[in-house]
Amino acid sequence: MSLTPVLELHKISKTYAGRQVLSGLSYRFTAGEYIAIMGESGAGKSTLLNLIAGLDSPDSGEIRIEGEVLPVEDEAATLLRRRHLGFIFQAFHVLPHLTLLQNVSLPLLLNRLPLDRAPAMLAAVGLQGREQDFPHQLSGGELQRVAVARALVHHPRLILADEPTGNLDQDTAGEILRLIRTEIKTSGASAIIVTHSHTAAETADKILKLDSYGLAPFHSAQPENRQ
Amino acid sequence: MTPALLTRWLLLGEWHSHRLQSIVAVLAIMLGVALGFTIHLINTAAVTEFSTATRSLSGTSDLTVRAVRTTFDESLYPALMHHTGVAQASPVLEITAGVPAKTKTMHNPVLTILGLDVFRAAAVTPDLIGVPAEDKRMDTLADDAVFLSPAAMEWFAVKQGDSIEVSTGAKQVKLRVAGGLTRVHAGQRIAVMDIGAAQWRFDQIGRLSRIELKLQQGVDHHAFRATLDKELGPSFLLTESEDDDIRARNMSRAYRVNLNILALVALFTGAFLIFSGQVLSTIRRRSQLALLRVLGMTRRQLLRQLLLESGSLGILGSLLGLALGYLLAATALHHLGADLGAGFFPGLEPRLHPDPLAALFYFLLGTGVTIAGSLLPAWEAAHTHPAPALKSGSEYTVLAALRAPRLAAVCLLAGILFSGLPPVNDLPVFGYLAVVLLLVGSMAALPYLCGLFFSALSHALNPGRSGVLTVLAVTRLSNASGLAAVALGGILVSFSLMVAMAIMVASFRISVDDWLTRVLPADLYLHSTIHQDMRGFIRDEQQAIAGIPAVERTDFIRSIPLTLDPARPNITLLARPIDENNPGLILPLTGVALSPGDIPPDTIPIWASEAMVDLYGYQTGMRVTLPFADPAQSFIVAGIWRDYGRMFGAVQMQLSDYRNLTGDDHISDAALWLKKGAVTDTVIASLKALPFGNTLEIMETGRVRAVALKQFDRSFAVTYLLELVAIGVGLMGVAASFSAQTLTRVREFGMLRHIGFSKRQIYRMLTLEGGLLSGFGIAAGFLLGTGISLILIFIINPQSFHWSMQLHMPWTWLLLMALAVLGAAATTAFSASRRAASGNVIRAVREDW
Repeated sequence: MSLTPVLELHKISKTYAGRQVLSGLSYRFTAGEYIAIMGESGAGKSTLLNLIAGLDSPDSGEIRIEGEVLPVEDEAATLLRRRHLGFIFQAFHVLPHLTLLQNVSLPLLLNRLPLDRAPAMLAAVGLQGREQDFPHQLSGGELQRVAVARALVHHPRLILADEPTGNLDQDTAGEILRLIRTEIKTSGASAIIVTHSHTAAETADKILKLDSYGLAPFHSAQPENRQ
Repeated sequence: MTPALLTRWLLLGEWHSHRLQSIVAVLAIMLGVALGFTIHLINTAAVTEFSTATRSLSGTSDLTVRAVRTTFDESLYPALMHHTGVAQASPVLEITAGVPAKTKTMHNPVLTILGLDVFRAAAVTPDLIGVPAEDKRMDTLADDAVFLSPAAMEWFAVKQGDSIEVSTGAKQVKLRVAGGLTRVHAGQRIAVMDIGAAQWRFDQIGRLSRIELKLQQGVDHHAFRATLDKELGPSFLLTESEDDDIRARNMSRAYRVNLNILALVALFTGAFLIFSGQVLSTIRRRSQLALLRVLGMTRRQLLRQLLLESGSLGILGSLLGLALGYLLAATALHHLGADLGAGFFPGLEPRLHPDPLAALFYFLLGTGVTIAGSLLPAWEAAHTHPAPALKSGSEYTVLAALRAPRLAAVCLLAGILFSGLPPVNDLPVFGYLAVVLLLVGSMAALPYLCGLFFSALSHALNPGRSGVLTVLAVTRLSNASGLAAVALGGILVSFSLMVAMAIMVASFRISVDDWLTRVLPADLYLHSTIHQDMRGFIRDEQQAIAGIPAVERTDFIRSIPLTLDPARPNITLLARPIDENNPGLILPLTGVALSPGDIPPDTIPIWASEAMVDLYGYQTGMRVTLPFADPAQSFIVAGIWRDYGRMFGAVQMQLSDYRNLTGDDHISDAALWLKKGAVTDTVIASLKALPFGNTLEIMETGRVRAVALKQFDRSFAVTYLLELVAIGVGLMGVAASFSAQTLTRVREFGMLRHIGFSKRQIYRMLTLEGGLLSGFGIAAGFLLGTGISLILIFIINPQSFHWSMQLHMPWTWLLLMALAVLGAAATTAFSASRRAASGNVIRAVREDW
């Protein structure tokens, strides 16, 4: 495992409506690591993810992805996000009028990459033969598989997942968490998963807690979950 | 640049999943473009044909001399022939003759016969020289010979050697077809004969219609025209071909502009549908669009994608509109003629010409309007923050941008201000702008007013008594008034336009009906097949008409055209017996008329139509000159009357004054009052039995009214068509808006089902919402429509057509329309609610549906 930082947060601060959500937050995320971030509601977990994704900009501080400073300007941030990041959401967010194959192909098209990885990725998440199905024909667990495939299909360096199992029942959630870990580890990408769920967090290599003092280790993940 | 494949997937996906909305938008744009293009094609064809025909009659002449009356004394001809600067002078007598053989199949069939001096015409209008048979060279000078254009030959179905019969007044003239006019403009229906023969045959000895002048080389045209104009005085007019073009365009301009505005209204409604469709679409897809941004689509790419979505609908609609427009134009030209039934270009058979520049203009207009309609929602969607947009519940922030009470106030105030401004270049430019501003202002005020109204209603409701459904429906309309206003906008635009058109057309029709009652007091009307101020009924014929036993009273009317301004179409001078003590008995006066005591003894009174006020500045009490008598005579305007028959102006005067001034004792029409107990059919039979009976057009008052109202309806045929289109487009818009809006609320219905609402309760709640919203929209649309109708009736119509009308509210029709819209809206709301609330309850609360 390489120790090169894939993501560096340097003295990040963010205020929302007069409330200091993040204050001078610094952290280095090592490449290939799968990290879970937990915290109270309102601790700033989603804000942190939005800042890392370039969907919002910090009031002060600097974010580097693969050593490259995350630009404040929207166009440049979008290009960087497109190339280096993959996303998995609690609410799946798949486009209803596109087929599964088309949904998974979106990042490939935006990055002008060959589309042949999309069917393979769908097969990898267990949806072989369903390429031409539409989202309304799928269950919640299956939809999240599509989201996982879409997040990884363009080989991003960093996967950001926001409560990826929040909308799923316990059995399906466990299945999806295993899939996410397997696929992330197979692809060699790093991942940050933001969650309230201890079960979800325990699938990660490392669990961090976000509070007003910043990011700190919560406790080590279970050895049997590590590869 | 977004990869083309992704663009295509997103585009087709959106179209496929919202077919109805896409089809409605395409249809609306298609209709707007088609109507605008149709009107342009038809009018261009008519004006081009008219201009070409007029030019071919003038040949290579530099200047045309004509009188303000249709004919003048031929003694002017030798004077002009020898005038300094004139190289050639060609005299012309133009007869517009009736064609009795065609009266059964056509209304008022006429043939233009030109009397020419072939030796003079050879130098100026060589294309008008007839080609006689090889062995009859002298036919060009024969007194019974006429040469027909190919179109006239075809119309009469005759060949060389056959004969045709034409008439002026009660006189019929038989002429021999001596040959053809091979070089005249195709489709032009004219005949040519020797000028002397024409003068003799048509009782116009010593009269000419015009003299074509060819000037010597090096003569300054402008200076020559100015000098000659001065020499000839006000009884004569000098014109060039350009003047005729302007005149032709002026003739139908107001009618054309009004039709174009109606087409633009259809286009505006289409653009609004695109706008409301796009607003609802971006709200519904808010999280999807945010996802695309998160995955790496830039703002510019997203904006381009959304504009492409609407733009492609615009392109499709515009292309279909151009094709439909061409088809409609061809059909309308065939069935209604070049003036769409308005009677501006009789006798023309224009053909449609492809007009790539106009097609490009209407294509760009349709596409541009579509893109403009989607710009605001697309811009908002592209510039919204994707992170919050991914979560549900942020939809309503989209609509904050639509709240613009200041813009609304500015537009409404400007609209009211503009409605008081005068016309620009004879067109009610500010009137139209006022209508547009009122529409835009009302649209902008809608979210605010809607919120205000439903908020007040919400506060007035007692939750305990009103029931949960009513409370929920009213509260939602109060708190999400922006979203409600989008659906409401469709109702407001279409219903207000429907109301405006209904009030305007009803007011006009009833005013015309009232006017006909006033101007047609007699029992029977006789009309001779007379044209221009040629021969009418002579004295003997007048006595024969008045002498029919059952006739109690006869009023004879002389009608002649007068040219007061060469750039404007002719006005009509009507001379008839008028009771000066009570002119209102015959004339539908619009104000106070001068009494005989107010008229100075040395002046002759005339009564001018409203168009004379607008076009020539006539006012009651004003002294004016009408150059129809020699020398030109001064008159006093004794009153203003309403005239729906002659939009280019008319004046009426005493028949006795006219006869004293001109010596012309012909008459063109007669009004007959029958004795009590007289049988109309017997009187008609007696009239028909007169020696000239077969040249009489006899109409009973009831029939004249019926024909006039039929003509009114015919000239409004296109307006009715556009009104139907506006209603159709409006109702489609209501359906599409409700359907789209209900679909954006699937999650809300899922939640309500989870907390114990039955499907039936959701249907009822939505139907109630639809009904309340439509009721508000209908009330607002009625107010706005009435405001627009007032502008149409009191500003646009008088400024365009120079006639006024009284306001008449067609309450039954308005009530029916309101019920139709209310029914359509409630039905749509109900059916959309069934679709939305019948889905899977669990799935409905998820984010992806």
